[in-house]
Amino acid sequence: MIRHCAWVLHTLLSHWRRHPLQAACLLVGLWLATALWTGVQALNSQARNSYDRAAELFAGGAQTVLLAPGGQAFAQDHFVTLRRAGWPVSPMLRGTVELAGAADTRRLQLTGIEPLTLPAGGAVEAEVQDQTSLQAFMLSPGLTWIAADTLAEFGLEVGATPTLVDGKQLPPLHVVPGLPPGMLLVDISQAQRLLDQPGMLSQLLVEPAFAADLPPLPDNVPLVWQEGGEADLARLTDSFHLNLTALGLLAFVVGLFIVHAAAGLAMEQRRGLLQTLRACGVSLKTLLAVLLLELLVLALLGGSLGVLSGFALAALLMGDIAASLRGLYGAQVAGQLALDASWWLTGLGMSLLGTLIAGGSSVLAAMRLPVLAWARPQAWREAQSRAIRLQSLLGVTLLALAGALVVWGDSLLSGFALLASLLLGAALLLPLCLQTVLRLAQRRPAGPIRQWFWADSQQQVSGLGIALMALLLALSANIGVGSMTEGFRQTFIGWLDQRLSADIYVRPQDAAQAEAINHWLAQRPEVSAQLPTWELEIRVEGGPTQLSGVIDHPLYAQTWPLLEAISDPWPPLSAGEGALVSEQLAFRLKLSLGDMLTLDTPAGPWPLKILGRYADYGNPKGQLLVSAAGLQQRWPDQPVSGIGILASQQNAPQLASALRNVFGLGDSRVIDQAALKAYSQTIFEQTFAATAALNTLTLAVAAVALFTSLLGLADSRLSQLAPLWAMGLRPAQLAALSLAQMLMLAAFTCLLAIPLGLVLAWCLVEVVNVQAFGWRLPWHWFPRQWLTLVLLALLAVLLASIGPAWRILRTGPTRLLRSFAHDA
Amino acid sequence: MRGFTQAQEALKVLDVENLKKTYGGPQGQLAVLDGVSLWLEAGHSLALMGESGSGKSTLLHLVAGLDQADSGDIQVGGQSLAGLDEAARATFRRSQVAVIFQQFNLIPSLRVVDNLAFQARLAGRLDEAWLSQLAQQLGLSELLQRYPEQLSGGQQQRVAVGRALAVRPPLILADEPTGNLDENSADEVMTLLLDLVQQAGASLLMVTHSARLAARLDRQMVLKAGRVHGSEW
Repeated sequence: MIRHCAWVLHTLLSHWRRHPLQAACLLVGLWLATALWTGVQALNSQARNSYDRAAELFAGGAQTVLLAPGGQAFAQDHFVTLRRAGWPVSPMLRGTVELAGAADTRRLQLTGIEPLTLPAGGAVEAEVQDQTSLQAFMLSPGLTWIAADTLAEFGLEVGATPTLVDGKQLPPLHVVPGLPPGMLLVDISQAQRLLDQPGMLSQLLVEPAFAADLPPLPDNVPLVWQEGGEADLARLTDSFHLNLTALGLLAFVVGLFIVHAAAGLAMEQRRGLLQTLRACGVSLKTLLAVLLLELLVLALLGGSLGVLSGFALAALLMGDIAASLRGLYGAQVAGQLALDASWWLTGLGMSLLGTLIAGGSSVLAAMRLPVLAWARPQAWREAQSRAIRLQSLLGVTLLALAGALVVWGDSLLSGFALLASLLLGAALLLPLCLQTVLRLAQRRPAGPIRQWFWADSQQQVSGLGIALMALLLALSANIGVGSMTEGFRQTFIGWLDQRLSADIYVRPQDAAQAEAINHWLAQRPEVSAQLPTWELEIRVEGGPTQLSGVIDHPLYAQTWPLLEAISDPWPPLSAGEGALVSEQLAFRLKLSLGDMLTLDTPAGPWPLKILGRYADYGNPKGQLLVSAAGLQQRWPDQPVSGIGILASQQNAPQLASALRNVFGLGDSRVIDQAALKAYSQTIFEQTFAATAALNTLTLAVAAVALFTSLLGLADSRLSQLAPLWAMGLRPAQLAALSLAQMLMLAAFTCLLAIPLGLVLAWCLVEVVNVQAFGWRLPWHWFPRQWLTLVLLALLAVLLASIGPAWRILRTGPTRLLRSFAHDA
Repeated sequence: MRGFTQAQEALKVLDVENLKKTYGGPQGQLAVLDGVSLWLEAGHSLALMGESGSGKSTLLHLVAGLDQADSGDIQVGGQSLAGLDEAARATFRRSQVAVIFQQFNLIPSLRVVDNLAFQARLAGRLDEAWLSQLAQQLGLSELLQRYPEQLSGGQQQRVAVGRALAVRPPLILADEPTGNLDENSADEVMTLLLDLVQQAGASLLMVTHSARLAARLDRQMVLKAGRVHGSEW
């Protein structure tokens, strides 16, 4: 039986040996689909692994902590007080440091811990349990625990004592598995020395069991509870990763269209072979098993290539993605890919599943046809025609579902379901739309060649339908995502211009320095105004929210970009009676103008009227703009977070330089408007770099799908063209007609892709963005971009069609005559 | 059965009795075979003639186990096809019969040598010496490494004949085997077919339009509107 199956498999595979280009196309489809999908999954997996490592660093999960109400550093006396009262708390100090002369200039997070009081569990537990390691960590010169990937990324070595930009030296480096990327873990006393914060702490870790009930704190300890901690990061970045996943899935689906097209054509070309096999006594079960085995072999081959390429693609994009996540969310993600076996296996599994879905339908369609009907091409065409009717019905159903989701959907998942239904529904309806248009065109009175042209084009739709669907999907996705991205870019740049109205921004290191800077600036004649802000992070209805206190200054009324507001909102804001709310927070809390929002503050509840709503693009957290005086009244210990300085533009660089020199501030603490805009735009570009890359690849995949289909049809095409040749058309005319047919079909598809792309852009802007980020973008039209994309798509189609057309051109009479022989 | 002696019954390789087959069409049910009975003795040949649509090919397909009759019985080598499931019919096709099609139905991706050996390999009874003899007698020895598309129509049909005979089935079924060939090639293929069928000790049931070719077989039978219209014994 095995030899019997092996011989049947050998026979089926012999088709690919005789048609290596078709085999290559199928493998390319699988390869691209798997590569794009696994590449995106690698990026997500790497990032999520980093968040998990951060979340599970201590006590093995989301950690509840105590911190100062405004999140600022506090005296370690509070730790002593709580320990004496029997509280199982452990001190922690956090800050960032920059290594001098390192290969990577990124800042590293320095965290000081006290290992003896650390809650049990987490990544560092093994080290803490090891007495030798513990002693080395705590006793002078101490150790700096670091993750292996961070060590490699920064070009550091175990045992080295790197110097920081301020001249201080880190204790010797020691690799600890499971530490999050970009983190240096030292003893608390070392951290206080390295961060120049003697006797200060950032937060207290609390034993999870004890923290479960959030017991009330003693009156003399002015700290507040914060639940979740690092778990916020995973929640905040969910939308980012979901967007990536959606794009990866789209590319995967488009790639599978190639597989479907190639597998379907191979099956059609092997109809005779299958009939012969059945006639020679191969049972249906054996044939089905062997066809599936063949798909499995191809899936493993294409999938393996795809997974390897996916790894390479992810490695290529990882830098941009890591930078985006760092810039947008402050998330530290390892820039070097390290993926476990499950990722590789899942990638291969997806490839197998995709191949079964894409190729399985052809196998099943062949199985359903009776053995004798296989001999009749008409039977296959009838089956195709039935399939188009069924597809169209499914397409209409999916579009109806999309309509329902627009009306009733209220989550990000429903937003993506809407996109999927819309795209898939439109793609499934494409063959019917094309056939209807072509039928109408055929009705117009015309000469015989034109009549043949339209009639034959209708015939081509069944063979090219899948590839044209892939083109429709890729092009509409490009138009939709491109419109959204370009709209975002224009809005974002305009918004940055308005929002960053000060010429220089300074972040003082502490309250004393803020005071000193304030005095120094007051004496500078080129400074026309100082705009200090007080920022702190609070939780409003469970979500992290930035509270930003601003002084009463006319510049805010002139420049602050408001989406909607009551008339003259600034006086009540200055009076501490109301707040302006960021668009995403308003969306999350369902706040409208005039609503009341009450904040819990150390000085009691603070009722605020919602005075207006403003855009705050790119900020994953909600934000409230309140009066600086009101904020200081309720959080008296909160130091100034930043100072915006208005100065003449000519003097701004010298002033920034003087600030750096006089107060010893690093570049990151004194930044001029232009640099800040450039930084923000860089983050923006990085965020969409992966999107743009995936989009372009998707279009390339669609071109490959077309090429595959044309190649597969080339043989049967000759027998269709041979009668025209016999009736007096030259091969050059036939090649030109074929080329024109392809361009015409592609052009119709492009025409349909533009409105579909715009609907997609509308869904992205009005549904997905709102659900994912909480903000909406103003609508922009980009006809030039559509035209460019359409021309690009037509160029891709032209390139894909040239080969088959050239083949027709080069076909000699012998080959054409043979077509008649085969027809007999 | 029809008054045959027991010895005669034992010699029958094919016994078809009261076979009926209808197909559904736009105009309702169409009876393609309406109670056809025939038999064929081992080592003998029978030509099935009739106009287009008379049911010849349908009858051949039913005997080959490619399709199932509505009623009646077909016995090949004493084995009844009635009630056989798809897998059993596949086994039957693999080992008990071999079909020669008008369109040759060679496997385009396999070389001539592999096409010749194809069904014999499937049936697990590949005889290299017999295959070599077949190739030589069919004039294919020089063409073994070629692919079907590199052969003429006559050469392709000789490969199809070789493939059927390589498996040495008790019954060979041929559906207009020379329908695509010119007269000379047709005669040549026919001569080879009859010689080799005799050498293989097989029986031959052949559908043909050609009275000239039919005359070369032991018996002839005419089908008309799904019924046996006349036969020469």
